[in-house]
Amino acid sequence: MTEPTVTPPVGPPIPAGDPSVVPSPAGVDVTVAAGLELKIRSQWSYARNRFLRHRLAVLALFLLIGIFLVGAFANYIAPYSYSAIDFNNLLIGPTTRAQHYFGTDELGRDYFSRVIWGIRTSEEVGIFVAVVSSIIGLVVGAIAGYYRGWLDNVLMRVTDLVLTLPALAILLVLEALFGGASQWRTSLILAGFFWTGLARIVRGIFLSLREKEYVEAAKASGAGDMRIMFRHILPNTMGPVIVNGTLAVAAAILVEAALSFLGFGIKPPTPSLGVLVADGETNPQAWWITVFPGLTIVLIVLCVNFVGDGLRDALDPTQRRVRA
Amino acid sequence: MPEPLLSIRDLTVEFRTEDGVVHAVDSVSYDLFPGEILGIVGESGSGKSVSTLALLGLIPQPPGKIVKGEALFKGRDLLKLRKKEQRDLRGKEVAMIFQDPMTSLNPVLTIGFQLGEAIKTHFPDEKNDAVKQRVVDLLNLVGVPNAETRYTQYPHEFSGGMRQRAMIAMSMANSPSLLIADEPTTALDVTIQAQVLEVLKKVQAETEAATILITHDLGIVAEMCDRVLVMYAGHIVESGDVMTIFQKPRHPYTIGLMNSLPKVTEDEEWLEPIQGAPPSLISLPPGCPFHPRCFLARERCRQELPPLEPVDDAGHKSACHFSEELIGYESKYSQAVA
Repeated sequence: MTEPTVTPPVGPPIPAGDPSVVPSPAGVDVTVAAGLELKIRSQWSYARNRFLRHRLAVLALFLLIGIFLVGAFANYIAPYSYSAIDFNNLLIGPTTRAQHYFGTDELGRDYFSRVIWGIRTSEEVGIFVAVVSSIIGLVVGAIAGYYRGWLDNVLMRVTDLVLTLPALAILLVLEALFGGASQWRTSLILAGFFWTGLARIVRGIFLSLREKEYVEAAKASGAGDMRIMFRHILPNTMGPVIVNGTLAVAAAILVEAALSFLGFGIKPPTPSLGVLVADGETNPQAWWITVFPGLTIVLIVLCVNFVGDGLRDALDPTQRRVRA
Repeated sequence: MPEPLLSIRDLTVEFRTEDGVVHAVDSVSYDLFPGEILGIVGESGSGKSVSTLALLGLIPQPPGKIVKGEALFKGRDLLKLRKKEQRDLRGKEVAMIFQDPMTSLNPVLTIGFQLGEAIKTHFPDEKNDAVKQRVVDLLNLVGVPNAETRYTQYPHEFSGGMRQRAMIAMSMANSPSLLIADEPTTALDVTIQAQVLEVLKKVQAETEAATILITHDLGIVAEMCDRVLVMYAGHIVESGDVMTIFQKPRHPYTIGLMNSLPKVTEDEEWLEPIQGAPPSLISLPPGCPFHPRCFLARERCRQELPPLEPVDDAGHKSACHFSEELIGYESKYSQAVA
């Protein structure tokens, strides 16, 4: 027990009191006497254990981290720049000669390097879209669910509107008008479409949690709306938010690839994986130009989805299933 | 008589529902003096909780509405505060302990964080170390063993009694001068109840916070309180110090409550309930709300609402037209309490 000499920061000093006066359950004192410490296991450690039991997800996570690290350090790992030209090796298939592992195109650009640079672009787009759309979705959902009433109505109708718009068609138009060339503008436009699902999930959680007694208790201890929303309720939504954000990475990479493939997303020479796949069109006989970037997309998206599934199982114990 | 800390006059709260207007609290007036424990007893729906939630502005409006009344606390009318002032008051000068500790703590935040929040809400510039130290001290104060370890634990790692101790610690975080405990032990086992009440009593004695203890357990009132208000259908029907009320109740409802309790020292074949059921708060009977169930009821009771009037010089009040007929009545507790 602490000595009464400790000066508390606020209010009058708390008398440390005679601990013997306060009855405590017998069992606890016995454990303490026996030197048995209570083992602290936070929610996160439970979640981590559940995640680690999900082998496919762990494997996918390591693979994904590997791929993303390769992308992040593209400038150190890639043997060539994405626009470097090797006149000695035009349009050759995969070979170990001069490190053209994935072959070259008719300009002699090294596809192994271009895929690595493409991973970097795609991962930047994916993560940026996931983060920005999660923040938008969180804020919109939190405000709608917490305040209800007309604010909720307005925000949710806007959400419905964005949801019902044929995303790809609108994206094509937007890209044609404002997009192109800039990777960040493409990412922003994508983020503007990706927040809706999360907003609805978060709103639902806020609607139910705002009636909880601990929210009333927080109110009774003087917390304002912002504090209640973002410090008391928000942590309860982290599970779905993390899962949703992870899956958004995969979705954003796919949509960006599709847009770039159609020529509306990121413009060459910046190599995104979609751009690289599109390059294959002009050289139908050079299968390697399409296949390697395509496989990379599939691998990334599969990994992200496995990780997302694993996280869902780990963070939402109510959905626990037995895995084969 | 010392100056009251809280003085409530004519507090009237209604809820406008689809079925009609619910008269939850009707013209309630009482005083709370510094350092005392005031018990409010009554059945479910008698307006016990609502009358105190209204003070903190915690009644959802709509459907709730504070129709009239004032609540003077340190010279300010709590019912006329602006939102910001209300927030500053809550948790700092007036704190609340809720009924169910199982649901009043946020499951995803550690106990330490939640207690720290209670302090940081009002002292945002306070250093983290200082806040932590204070939280650990508070946990020690309420008898949570291993406070340092418990600080980092989550509510699910606490038992019910420990959680309620943590809630008491949280309510004490900013040394309030008024503490409202809304059925603090209803959700706990009887054995744990005794411990938690002991903690509450100790904390109250040390901080000298005036306390309103809402309960429907007369045993708790006898154990804890200095004075008691008996509420029925939104009205105070009797008030006075605990001894007097238990020994010489002067309202038929209070007498009915006491008679309906089993007596531990004797074998009783049958308990003696109050006849009938509590009235609907939407359509209260005219006159005295208790008259349909009252053994003293007669014509006057059906027409005239009895005011809460003093029946002696020591502050004992009763709202019954015929309370004089109860002079000399001694409850079956008159010996036990004395």
